[in-house]
Amino acid sequence: MSLRDPLARARGLGSGKDGVAHWWLQRLSAVLLLPLSIWFFWAAAPLLRADYADARTYFAQPLAAFLLIAFLLAAIYHAVLGLQVVIEDYVHGRALEVGLQIVVKLAAFMAALAVVYSLIRITLGA
Amino acid sequence: MPVARPLSPHISIYRKQLTSVLSILHRMTGVVLALGLLLLVYFVVALAAGPECFAGFARLSRFWLGSLVWLGLAFSLSFHLANGVRHLFWDIGRGFELRQTARSGWTVVVISAAATLVVAWELFGGVR
Repeated sequence: MSLRDPLARARGLGSGKDGVAHWWLQRLSAVLLLPLSIWFFWAAAPLLRADYADARTYFAQPLAAFLLIAFLLAAIYHAVLGLQVVIEDYVHGRALEVGLQIVVKLAAFMAALAVVYSLIRITLGA
Repeated sequence: MPVARPLSPHISIYRKQLTSVLSILHRMTGVVLALGLLLLVYFVVALAAGPECFAGFARLSRFWLGSLVWLGLAFSLSFHLANGVRHLFWDIGRGFELRQTARSGWTVVVISAAATLVVAWELFGGVR
């Protein structure tokens, strides 16, 4: 006995089996971001206005570089999940909506790569 | 596909209240923080690229308009963080009573206001 109506069966569009994945990953990344954001707010953010030498020295420390990579990757991932929902909710033209979703995900991928590559160079003193 | 049909008024007929204002602020600060991430990527890339490239970032960062952007991001981060904790408690089924939502809501307002004031002092008040 199936609860699916005949039209649904004919179209073949059923459960994608990953209905709650987005919800769960958003919460998991949020929990991860709690301590990382507090660290960033108090320890790392003041360096945004520091001299080149001071900022470079600070983020050359392995722990600082690791924490900044962790914070930025978690934040980028969390932002991708959040922006996806915002775009789904408020952007109505199909072409614009799909286009924005693609741009956000590609930009996030490039940003994540840039962050990891740059911080590795900084810790290695390159 | 959207069908052209009359919609009953929804958002516009409700009186603003703490819960709804904080709810939309959560989304807005989330979008702001996503844009702010681009500035952090610029910072990290400039720091890796060398002193000349970093000088461009530093000029923007210390310009008064740059300071205002940092202040807006500080508010967005502290608000989204505090209100995010509130959402996580709701996700495990706690804090749904009206009095609890009011109390947690005002707590979020106080925390983010305090954090924003501290950062404002750091950016504009302290003698450097």
